[in-house]
Amino acid sequence: MTSMKRLTQIHKVKELVYELKTRDATVTDVLTMSPETMMSQVRPILRSRKITAAPVISNDELLGIVSVEDYINWLTEGVPDCPVSERMSQDLITMFEDEPIVNAIINFEKYRYYEFPVINRETGKLVGIITKFDVLVALLKALDIDYSKKEISEYTRTHFFHDVHADETTLVFRYHVPGNDIKAGGEASSRLKKNLGYLGIYPEIIRRAAIASYEAEMNLIIYGGGGEIVVTIDSRNIVIDVTDSGPGIPDIEQAMKPGFSTASDWVRELGFGAGMGLPNIQSCAEHFDIQSTVGKGTRLKITIPLEVT
Amino acid sequence: MTLEEITDKLGLEVKSGQDKLDMEVRRGYVSDLMSDVIANTKEGDLWITLQVHINIVAVASMKGLSGIILINGRQPEAATLEKARTENVPIFVSAQPAFEVAGRLYQLGITGMDDA
Repeated sequence: MTSMKRLTQIHKVKELVYELKTRDATVTDVLTMSPETMMSQVRPILRSRKITAAPVISNDELLGIVSVEDYINWLTEGVPDCPVSERMSQDLITMFEDEPIVNAIINFEKYRYYEFPVINRETGKLVGIITKFDVLVALLKALDIDYSKKEISEYTRTHFFHDVHADETTLVFRYHVPGNDIKAGGEASSRLKKNLGYLGIYPEIIRRAAIASYEAEMNLIIYGGGGEIVVTIDSRNIVIDVTDSGPGIPDIEQAMKPGFSTASDWVRELGFGAGMGLPNIQSCAEHFDIQSTVGKGTRLKITIPLEVT
Repeated sequence: MTLEEITDKLGLEVKSGQDKLDMEVRRGYVSDLMSDVIANTKEGDLWITLQVHINIVAVASMKGLSGIILINGRQPEAATLEKARTENVPIFVSAQPAFEVAGRLYQLGITGMDDA
């Protein structure tokens, strides 16, 4: 792994300690004691769970913490047995469950305690405890989820066309675009965009293909009386082939001029017909070819290379 | 500045995309023409428009915009809102006109160009 990569991993942890909340690392199954528990009982209780301290609560309300240290102090003073409420530490550092984990890390550093009670901000009641170990586990889990997501996306991106067992692989997506409903516009291109995502194609390339197919789709609906979009993908190119049997374009050169439009008023009112559709398509494509016969229809064919230039 | 802070400061009504309010916004764009938005916005831009029909969601989702602010109290059409929920595109409604919304965003440090 290069040092740059290592650095981004560290940045990821930095991001996570702000993203994750204390509750994500809080253990809720906590052994607690009532204030009436006798000091002589503390050692066997703590030993039974192999822990060094336990919160003392009454009606979910945190009253204090009794620790091995409190027990030893009580022993060395040789005073009579008494309820833990008389010996527990009441000067507590607590955390709210909605604080970012970074605050827990700061507190561990600052106070050198092994654990902090976690409180619900609204109710003031004890939710559980947080330890250094729990913080570590929460961070590792979050990193693991993040890493597997990344791994999956990198896998599809680099391997799809190579993993299919053939000398050449070609995928064809065909979309029928009805000609009447301007509000259904974008359906075909948004479905195409999802497919390209599944194939793990580079986002910038997906964006170009989506923009070109969206503009072409709107042209089919507004001017072409509907038609067909055929998208052919191989290991090198995305080819988008759009045909209609509409009225055709009398002057293609004019139609390509930014701002030129023959759209009707109601189409313009919806924000279409700005005279930018074909120029937008052209700017997304490496090869752009348009053929049109008046009274017969229009065919538009564009190519977008899969390699980022 | 996050969408949530913008929502608070401009008093916007949140219509969809509630779980995306922690997104950071740096740039904005004002336009009512779909192809113009497609040609001139960048990923993450916040779009101010008076159009309320379903195609605004397709455009915003395709360009990866951070959200759409509808002006003059114009409410999204039912189909627009439904699509915005499935595509998870945040839509907001402002009672104010576009000039006012853009001006207030600019005051908050949202610009129209990267080098502004």
